[in-house]
Order: sequence, then C-alpha cells, then structure tokens
Amino acid sequence: MTLGEQCRRDFPILARTVNGHPLVYLDSAASSQKPAQVIEAVQRYYERSHSNVHRSIHTLGEEATELYEAARDAVRGFIGARFREEIVFTRGTTDAINLVAQAVGRTLQPGDEILVTEMEHHSNLIPWQMACRDHAAVLKAVPVLEGAYLDMDAFHRLLSPRTRVVAVTHVSNVLGTINPVGEIARKTRDAGALLLVDGAQAAPHLALDVAALGADFYVFSGHKMLGPTGIGVLYGRREVLERLEPAWGGGEMIKEVWIDRAQWNDLPWRFEPGTPPIAGAVGLHAAVEYLGKLGMERVSAHERALTGQCLEALARIPEVTLYGPMNPEVRGAVVAFNVHGLHPHDGAALLDQRGIAVRAGHHCAQPLMKRLGIVGTLRASFSVYNTAVDVERLAQAVGALGDEL
Amino acid sequence: MLYSHVITERFRRPRFRGALPEADARFEDVNPLCGDRIRIECRLAEGRVADARFAGDSCAICAASADLLLEMVLGQPAEFAHGVSVERLLEKLEADIRPSRMKCVTLPLSVLQGALNGKAVAR
Repeated sequence: MTLGEQCRRDFPILARTVNGHPLVYLDSAASSQKPAQVIEAVQRYYERSHSNVHRSIHTLGEEATELYEAARDAVRGFIGARFREEIVFTRGTTDAINLVAQAVGRTLQPGDEILVTEMEHHSNLIPWQMACRDHAAVLKAVPVLEGAYLDMDAFHRLLSPRTRVVAVTHVSNVLGTINPVGEIARKTRDAGALLLVDGAQAAPHLALDVAALGADFYVFSGHKMLGPTGIGVLYGRREVLERLEPAWGGGEMIKEVWIDRAQWNDLPWRFEPGTPPIAGAVGLHAAVEYLGKLGMERVSAHERALTGQCLEALARIPEVTLYGPMNPEVRGAVVAFNVHGLHPHDGAALLDQRGIAVRAGHHCAQPLMKRLGIVGTLRASFSVYNTAVDVERLAQAVGALGDEL
Repeated sequence: MLYSHVITERFRRPRFRGALPEADARFEDVNPLCGDRIRIECRLAEGRVADARFAGDSCAICAASADLLLEMVLGQPAEFAHGVSVERLLEKLEADIRPSRMKCVTLPLSVLQGALNGKAVAR
C-alpha cells in the first residue's frame, strides 16, 4: 500500500462526495485536510482540559498550559530548532510575517533596504511594503528567470550593505520552485542582514532543520500541514528575538507593569500577547506527531512522485501550459497550469462538477502573474493523502475541459 | 452543464467585445478575487448609449455578463443604463450563480456605472 492509500483512511472528509463524485482534494497548498488524530485531539482538549493558559491556578488551567507548552516542544523538535524560546505561536504565516515586519520595521532607518522576490505570496510582500512606507525604507525584488527560478546573480547584486532584511519563500506557492535558501542564508548573513524564510509551502512537505538552515526567522501555518486553522509558527533565532522589541502589547507578554511603563516577559511569551490559539496549538501538536510518524523524507518522496506523475500526465495534453520547474526533484508539491482558451475560474468550476477541488486565480502572487504575463492559473497541489488515482482523475478531467465550455 | 446556455453562447460568440476608439465614456476595473480586468467604452448621443464595447481577459460568466449588459443598455438613456439591477442581469443570464462567482456578474455593472459617472480609468 502506498503512503497515500494508507493515509487516506485517516481523513474523514475524503469519504464524502462532491457533486455526485467522490471528492478528489487537490488544494492542500491552500489548506490541507485534517486527520482524525488532529480532530480528536482538539475535541478532547475542549471536552476535558479547556481553560485559559499560564495564569489559571486550577487543574484545567494547568492542563491547558501543559498541553499548550507541550505543543511548543513538539514543534521545536519537528523543525529542528535548538531552543523552545525560539518557537512563537502566531495566528498563521501572515500574522508571523507581520509580527516580524513590525518589530524589525521599527529598527529601520530611511534609505535602508528590504529585499524580497518576485515570486512572493502577497503575505510576504505587503507587510514589507508597509514597513518600508512607514520607515522610508526601500523595497527591492529579485526577479524570476525562465518563469521558474530566482535570478541569483541579481540577488547577489541587490544584496548591499544597506540591506537590512531579506524575505524569501522557501517553496513558491505557484511555481513550486524550491529556492536555494541555504545559499541565501549564508549570503544574507555575510551581508549583515536578517533573513526571513516563508515556509508555508515547505513545512508540510520537506524535512526541516532550521538551525542548520541558518535563517533568522522561519514562518509557517498549521492549517497547511494537517493542523487546525488559526495557528502558525514564528521560529526566530534566540539572539535575534532577544534584541527585538515586541510588535504588539497586551496580557501575558509582560513581567511587570506600571501605569506608564512595562517590563517585557521572557521569550517566547514576549511575542504572544493575549490568549493564544490553545486548541490550535493542541491540534498542531497532533499534526506534527502524525507527520513525524510518517517521516518527512517519506512524505517528500510520496509527494514528489505525485508531482512528477501530474507533470507528465498534464504535459501530454496539447491544450495545457505548465508553469514552474519541470523537474519534480527541485519542486514542491504544486502544479500550476492553464488550459488554452479557458479562464482558470471556469476550469476550476468545471473540475468541481466532477468532484475535483483545485485552486484557480492569481494565488495571492500578482507580481508573479504579471511577470508570467497571465491573469491566473489552475493549481493542483498534493498532500500525504493523495494517490495516483487522484492524479489520473485530474488528468482525465483536464483532458476533456477544452470541449466543455 | 456548468453554466446556462445564455452564458456559454455569449462567451463563445460575444456581440459587443472589442474597442470603441471614438468613445466618450470609458472605465475599467479589476475583480480582486481573480485579478480579472474589464474595460467598457461607450459613445453617448443625445443622452443615450449610442454604442458600447467591452474588453478584458475574464472568465465566461464575466464576459457573458458584460456582453448581455451592453446589449441591454444599447440605445437606452444613460439613466436607464445606470440603473440596471443585478437581479435583472441574473434573470437575463438565466443562471444560478454561486456567491463565490457573483463578483464576475457584477463587475461589468460597476464598470459601466463608472464609465457613465465619468470616472477616470483606474490604474
């Protein structure tokens, strides 16, 4: 039995039908489905242990705090961080990037530079635009070459003594390109800048070792990696987090408060004001345990095989244009494509009629769409529960799309 | 069948797709959901819509909506064109449109209104 066939049974939603067809869910890059193990962990938490964390001096409060902090340890282990203080829970990737952009933004001087890339999701672009606007800093972008790869020569040229932050996606949510973040991390450190890596499309699919990678910040979402919505992770290198002022204030992020001032709490709570997403953390814990048991190397190999199968099958359809690297070895589990003469939204609506869920549109990457000279694409993306049959059904349906409208 | 006959027919064989160089009212706007962009150009004579064309890269629903809308307002007073309701347009499209695609129907309507209001072309 393949990994996909084995995992499918754990995901209750995959048993349902959509428009009279068994569901083929190929939109995991937008949000993955949840295994029973995650759903049950969240339910168990709410049924048995829910309370607020950290300051409740009663049994439930202690249980909730233990569960919440255990989730932090699990995430630390899963991504290979050295210290638990380096794991800050956020509401998601977007929230984490905004946190960093706000906090680092305050240290920017007029004329400082932020370096992003043309393939960033809007969530790793707009927060930096805002920081630049607020602090008179300059935003620069590394171009995309051949519709697939970062122009690394341009990266080296654009990285300057004025560069304060480099913000780059690990895996493109459209092209699937796996960027050379190790090399980018070395160069960024040499230039004396901070590196933020958007791992939203990497954490669910690749074995991570953030300590070895050398990024200053690594951010990702729970809901794309089999966990609940409303929980995300900001990994920050301890030395860097220690130097940063908190982005937002509130309860729990302080040690002592006077009417006119406050003393910040220790890491990581300094960056977690207010009641955190406790149930989300509990669910994320179950999700990383689930992935950990499967083994991320195995997960990657499984998804790489599906991606390769999908690229091959779609390439055989004459009306199809594929985007991104054609070699699945250097590509994450997403396949963006267009069907000649068919708007992506019409294509997605037609596929939905056959029970096939794919994404359509600009994928929150409008600068990349402009670079590719298109309005949008269809996008199939894979997770642990997808099988070769899913890809076959997609290819079969896509092959028939040209005649349907 | 995914879309109504009216939508597929209008999408395949639009009657009002094109440019109107002599237009005296034009406007374009974007559907933030998908990035689709629709431009509508009108020529007005004696307070009526004497001619109209739409252009843009869009889905079938949006193109059909634009095409049908321009047919509805052609020869009509500008005030009529301004007052076309979404309900009327949906009725004419003979389509059961899902909430997620409603913006595809309404975008041409707001673009036409923008043109008649004499808005400058966005972006």
